[in-house]
Amino acid sequence: MANRYSFWSLLKHGLKHHETWQPAWRTPQLKPRYDVIIIGGGGHGLATAYYLAKNHGVKNVAVLEKGYLGGGNTARNTTIVRSNYLWDESAHLYEHALKLWEGLSQELNFNVMFSQRGVMNLGHTLQDMRDIERRVNANVLNGIDGVILSPKEIQDIVPLMDVSASTRFPVMGASYQPRGGVARHDAVAWGFARGASELGVDLIEQCEVTGMIIEDGRIKGVHTTQGDVFADRVGCVAAGSTSTLAKMAGVRLPLESHPLQAFVSESMKPCLDTVVMSNAVHGYVSQSDKGELVIGAGIDSYLGYGQRGSPHVIEHTAAAIIELFPSFSRVRLNRQWGGIVDVAPDACPIIGKSPVKGLYFNCGWGTGGFKATPGSGHVFAHTIANDAPHPLNAAFALDRFSTGHLIDEHGAAGVAH
Amino acid sequence: MFQLHCPHCGATREEEEFSYAGEAYIARPANPEEASDAEWGDYLFMRKNTRGWFWEQWQHTAGCRKVFVVKRHTASYQIAGSWTLAEGKAHYLKESEA
Ligand SMILES: Cc1cc2nc3c(=O)[nH]c(=O)nc-3n(C[C@H](O)[C@H](O)[C@H](O)COP(=O)(O)OP(=O)(O)OC[C@H]3O[C@@H](n4cnc5c(N)ncnc54)[C@H](O)[C@@H]3O)c2cc1C
Ligand SMILES: [Zn+2]
Repeated sequence: MANRYSFWSLLKHGLKHHETWQPAWRTPQLKPRYDVIIIGGGGHGLATAYYLAKNHGVKNVAVLEKGYLGGGNTARNTTIVRSNYLWDESAHLYEHALKLWEGLSQELNFNVMFSQRGVMNLGHTLQDMRDIERRVNANVLNGIDGVILSPKEIQDIVPLMDVSASTRFPVMGASYQPRGGVARHDAVAWGFARGASELGVDLIEQCEVTGMIIEDGRIKGVHTTQGDVFADRVGCVAAGSTSTLAKMAGVRLPLESHPLQAFVSESMKPCLDTVVMSNAVHGYVSQSDKGELVIGAGIDSYLGYGQRGSPHVIEHTAAAIIELFPSFSRVRLNRQWGGIVDVAPDACPIIGKSPVKGLYFNCGWGTGGFKATPGSGHVFAHTIANDAPHPLNAAFALDRFSTGHLIDEHGAAGVAH
Repeated sequence: MFQLHCPHCGATREEEEFSYAGEAYIARPANPEEASDAEWGDYLFMRKNTRGWFWEQWQHTAGCRKVFVVKRHTASYQIAGSWTLAEGKAHYLKESEA
């Protein structure tokens, strides 16, 4: 590897005033043909390419990205990682990802700053608490760590939170997954990009796919802004833009794209060392290593491709956060942004084959796909390499929308990304 | 943030006063008993999710509570107009023929 990162390489390059580092990945020319084309250079697309090359020996792969690598939702999300989903199918999928997260920095030789600081989901009503109990019990049965906290226990972990009975929506308890946490979003994209590039994958930026070449119901290649490229297998991993690509292939998907917003505050001294989420009051917050509060809002209700959202959504979330953390009312906000998330009817992803042979989709991650990045790439690479799903994503095929086998995760997904 | 016009009560108000009600004019299978699983799944779940001009339903929830259609551009959020369901359908059908 051109740059094997270690204490010694840091010291060596440091002594040379850091002028000797090599670029982390190659910038190759687009070739006319590949074995596999991945559309979308976000975390999921890059992870897919990495595992194709690493685990399946498929190295003649291109990742086509219309902007720059990791500039989509990968760069815009609030980086919460957890696996405490209700149903077996999703719990296993997200737990698979969480296990990969636990070794990812070593695997990639890239510090993805995965910090298992715990994730807390608050309950504010009796029904919330019943749902939490049900979900934590389901998690424990699936071998996923989870406990139920009382307001007193919450207070011990998060002293700044107002858990008194005098708030508008009193905190009655929480579920807590100690192995959950946050990771550095950019580093995840960069780590997978570097690893994939090292294994021979061509990462092509500023290359938008504008059409699909399909003959006799089989994918043959794609039209791009840099010319036509051919491949017998194409994987679409384009988050909010997936429907646009599916339309090029004549495929209908059950997705709706919505803006989802987040914002960060000015940097402050450490004051919150876990992740706090609340579905009922619609907000969640953690503190980044830079000291900013990272706050996530809900989706805008309407279909939208503008990477911005309505201010009232932010206002709503800010109000909820201040209700929970009265002392945050004087914190100033620094930046606000939006990303386009692809929401599926059952709040679960679609990972698998499409009616067009050789064309695969990995989409529908909606508001909560960052946490799945390594797992998603891992099972999708398996699906493309074998033209058959991995056991962990078999239940997430597109045909569940005609068989009726939906996996309703609205309760565990909700606003809780 | 945008403002919507309600063709029923004539009010032009901020988006917050309305609720989104999804893609407009999804045709229900004429013979539900005979629809295949695929056709039924298509009706229930598959969506155009258009990037561009899009016909969608809104409900004036904090006003007259009636449902109407809006033609809106989903990337620029420009709004071409709002109509009652019946009036809008005539425009919609003319457009889809063209
Ligand atoms: C504000 C916000 C907060 C979030 N918070 C969380 C969270 O806390 N935890 C969590 O787990 N998830 C969260 N998510 C969801 C998460 O970000 C997404 O589910 C996930 O990033 C999707 O991953 P991706 O790599 O597939 O998407 P992206 O990073 O969006 O990658 C898709 C790529 O495809 C490219 N593309 C699209 N069309 C084309 C084309 N025609 N040709 C070539 N390239 C194309 C895009 O440019 C983009 O780079 C959040 C999302 C947002 C917006
Ligand atoms: Zn009205």
